[in-house]
Amino acid sequence: MMQRLTGAERQLALIISVLTLLSGLAMAAAGRADPLGIHGWIVVLFAGAVFLLTLGSIYDPEPREDRAVSYYDDPTKVGLILALGWAVVGMGMGVWVAAQLAWPDLRFDAAWSSFGRIRPVHTSGVIFGFGGNALIATSFHVMQRTSRARLAGHVSPWFVLLGFNLFCIIAASGYLMGVTQSKEYAEPEWYADIWLVIVWVVYFVLYIRTLARRNEPHIYVANWYYLAFILVVAVLHIVNNLAVPASLTGAKSYSAFSGVQDAMTQWWYGHNAVAFFLTAGFLGMLYYFLPKRAERPIYSYRLSILSFWGITFFYIWAGSHHLHYTALPQWVQTLGMTFSVMLLVPSWASAGNALMTLNGAWHKVRDDATLRFMMVAAVFYGLSTFEGSFMAVRAVNSLSHYTDWTVGHVHAGAMGWVALISFGSIYAVVPLLWQRETMYSWKLVEWHFWLALSGTVIYVFAMWNSGITQGLMWRTYTESGTLAYSFTDTLVAMHPYYVARAVGGALFLTGAVLALFNVVMTIRHAPEKRPERDYPTSSEATEPAVPAAE
Amino acid sequence: MLRKLVSPFARLFEFQARTHYRAERHSMALTIGIILAAGVGGFVEIAPLFTIDETVEEAPDMRLYTPLEQAGRDIYIREGCYACHSQMIRTLQDEVDRYGPYSLAVESKYDHPMLWGSKRTGPDLARVGEKYSDDWQVQHLIDPRAVVPESVMPQYAFLLNAELDTENLPDRLAALRAVGVPYTDEQIENASADARGQAMPETDGADGLVERFGDETNVRFFDGRRDRVTEMDALVAYLQILGGLTDLPAETQPAREE
Repeated sequence: MMQRLTGAERQLALIISVLTLLSGLAMAAAGRADPLGIHGWIVVLFAGAVFLLTLGSIYDPEPREDRAVSYYDDPTKVGLILALGWAVVGMGMGVWVAAQLAWPDLRFDAAWSSFGRIRPVHTSGVIFGFGGNALIATSFHVMQRTSRARLAGHVSPWFVLLGFNLFCIIAASGYLMGVTQSKEYAEPEWYADIWLVIVWVVYFVLYIRTLARRNEPHIYVANWYYLAFILVVAVLHIVNNLAVPASLTGAKSYSAFSGVQDAMTQWWYGHNAVAFFLTAGFLGMLYYFLPKRAERPIYSYRLSILSFWGITFFYIWAGSHHLHYTALPQWVQTLGMTFSVMLLVPSWASAGNALMTLNGAWHKVRDDATLRFMMVAAVFYGLSTFEGSFMAVRAVNSLSHYTDWTVGHVHAGAMGWVALISFGSIYAVVPLLWQRETMYSWKLVEWHFWLALSGTVIYVFAMWNSGITQGLMWRTYTESGTLAYSFTDTLVAMHPYYVARAVGGALFLTGAVLALFNVVMTIRHAPEKRPERDYPTSSEATEPAVPAAE
Repeated sequence: MLRKLVSPFARLFEFQARTHYRAERHSMALTIGIILAAGVGGFVEIAPLFTIDETVEEAPDMRLYTPLEQAGRDIYIREGCYACHSQMIRTLQDEVDRYGPYSLAVESKYDHPMLWGSKRTGPDLARVGEKYSDDWQVQHLIDPRAVVPESVMPQYAFLLNAELDTENLPDRLAALRAVGVPYTDEQIENASADARGQAMPETDGADGLVERFGDETNVRFFDGRRDRVTEMDALVAYLQILGGLTDLPAETQPAREE
């Protein structure tokens, strides 16, 4: 891979890895008596590996390829493999935490293996490890094709990808050591947060510079979403993670905000991590790979515009629906509820736009599991956004909040929408990138599809049942006006659903393992085939990046 | 009639589509548009919470966490207890009947970060303080299923043997003061000794602690061990103060007549 970099680029990579290594050493020295020190050594190891890799090929001959006539796909390839690796780790952790709730002794006699410490490894592993790598990798792919231009830089995409994975490793290892800010989906401590800001700024600059090279007057809709994902996640991340470290030699920090303001900021972040990480970015994926695979143009350009700005504007208001009936002032709760309901319009506009795009290609959905992944993802997107708006209504929320219904809702979105669109996109793009005829085994793709779908359905139904049951039990009164059930009564009632949930998760995990296997075998064994017309060009005569409307 | 109602919206969409059509040829126009569109909601909902006085009630008797309680709170966060236990009783009758008066904003005024939580795999803990004895809490943390057979909570027996690191407490309290908790210089300087004193009754440390944090402060052998101050001491001290920082909720919400 290093052979594609020029000598100057390899030197730059070397310098960056040395600088990272030195900051790792500084962390290790400063935090000797603290988890910060262990994180320092992890940084040293990571940067050291990159350093050795680069050094090994520093004197290799200069690349001879003509950069003007090809895309730069190496970071995309590595990113996709990393995404699948994280999927297996993150989902594996998910099955384990799920099993712990059914059988609490299914753990080691060690502090790191308790539910509280490994649960964020699951959430961060799937959201950031799997989702984030899938987003970064596909965004590199999509921005080049829709701009018909090569990536603007050869070191920066590596910096973004590897830097982001270093963040994920620091996050996951930190949770096991008890390093957490306790803010859900923003648990990593201050030094990891600062590192992510640096990575993210480079990502944004790379994106804008690549767009600036485009051979198309218009920026394609997928890129609007990727852009919104990059920008708004940066704002959310910086504001919600404002904190004062207790000392520069330790990991611990204290949030700049407290109480009600902290709660609002956290859920403004939390809900918009869903909006701009788990929705906007993946809509970018959907808007490119679904029409491409179906070979049909997007049904409506106008609808794309409406839903894009609707999602960007409305979503931000919705966070306070996580705080109904709490000490948050009523007016903020009401705003959150109102906008959450209105959000259904742009959400369904997106889902409908995707499904209408398939008109005329439904026979392909039937025959091609890859396209079916994307179709079902759009359906789950529609379903879970409907459910989300419904649950944001105050009266519904009084029942659903604090119960497994929320967990089920999140997983309908995360498994049914985010993971399925990612798998569909990966199956679509892997043969193209590695120049293979098809995937190694279409049967395994088919198996994966049904495992994933049945796993999701089992999971979601289990959580609907447990959530609604528990919510109702909590509020049931006896005829004499006392509460009918103790908390432990409700916990006992959850057990069968917790078992079912673990089973659903295990099916889903099995599918992800098959995907990783299938991709590796495709790279190693599938017959070769050079793709036609997959190169940057300003010529109108070549095939458009995505099918154009008639 | 319908046409008249719809037409302003139709014109708005037309305008939006035209503007967008021009903007999507410029990456910076899109960038600015996204930041503006996404900026409004957060600003309108969050900024006023810092300026409107009624957002947080006045509670003159509101007290601060002692160094030991704060250390316990840090352990609560470290172990991820917030993933299964909320600390926010909603304004719903069944919650008030089950857990006590609904939570007020002022109660988490000094909580950096707040631990309101989002899921109750276990019960709410906002008012768990002094609901159970120290001994019950310790036994329950060592082996939850020995006390509550149906429980799915992890065991935390290791806390009983983990000596509490009190050296870092002055730094921690100073950082908390930097973000707005009104600790005095004295409280910060003596944080380590005060933490040990709270778990060692009838020592000089305990006297100093009471002097700096008030007579109401709990001074006990929280974990039952008299030889040293453990993480168990800190966590139990924290659990026992939950809901006890101010009397305002009990005063403003009289118990329901049966």
